Amino acid sequence: MIDVTFQLIAFFMFALNFTEVDVDQRINLPLSELAKPPDAPYAVPLTIQMAADESILFGGDELTAGELQSALLREAQIIRAYPNKKLSDVTVVIRADRLAKTGKVQEIIQMCQKAGFDMFALRGRQSDTSTLIVP
Amino acid sequence: MTPMIDIVFQLNIFFLFTFKIVLPEGDFNVQMPSAAAARAAEPTETLPLRVVLKATPDGELADLRLAGVSFGNGGDAFARLQQHVRRVVADAGPAAAEQEVELDCDYGLNYEYVVRAITAVTGYIENGQRHKLIERIKFTPPESG
Repeated sequence: MIDVTFQLIAFFMFALNFTEVDVDQRINLPLSELAKPPDAPYAVPLTIQMAADESILFGGDELTAGELQSALLREAQIIRAYPNKKLSDVTVVIRADRLAKTGKVQEIIQMCQKAGFDMFALRGRQSDTSTLIVP
Repeated sequence: MTPMIDIVFQLNIFFLFTFKIVLPEGDFNVQMPSAAAARAAEPTETLPLRVVLKATPDGELADLRLAGVSFGNGGDAFARLQQHVRRVVADAGPAAAEQEVELDCDYGLNYEYVVRAITAVTGYIENGQRHKLIERIKFTPPESG
């Protein structure tokens, strides 16, 4: 029994290390059978999350639209200051809830474009069945 | 021995409670430079296919249209959109790689419909094989809040 208990502990310790910090449990992502995990990790990922109540999460903080805009401009400035980083290396990962308003998500995309980012990854949850036909 | 077993059990319970199941997630990669930069970079000859998604006041899909053809708001609207896009891509042949889709969504539409529309136009899975359709996507700027 002690052996099994130790094995369980080892399992949980490893599983704990693999959970991402940038994942907010409040967000229920839209399903898609084509959403594929990236082949290689993004060079410079920036994750912006939007919950169903349209609160915006960026870098662990809950921000208003105005605060997000200034945070993005600051982020762009920092990236430009690094000699070995370019704005084109940045991928903005958008994790929006399935019930968030599309207009609000598009406003986030526009803010990113204003800050100079142009690569986006719209995140969805993988589905084994087709999401195109709903009974 | 007993104190050790106690601690081991406590550890076990701690890990059990902090354990979160992370469901597999995936991305749609979209390159969207700002409108002005895109115009300057490459003037495209082919007109984008315009997919219009209209919303009801509570954010559900009211109507799905592509180039004047309405697919309604039924459960199979996106599947019919995909059939239409597959025909368009088959007719266009190699030129389909240049084709672009512009999504014109109502402000209040639930985001899940956008992802379903992107799924319908970017590709399909048949017999376990993944086939690409149109991967260049852009959004019409949102109109009002």
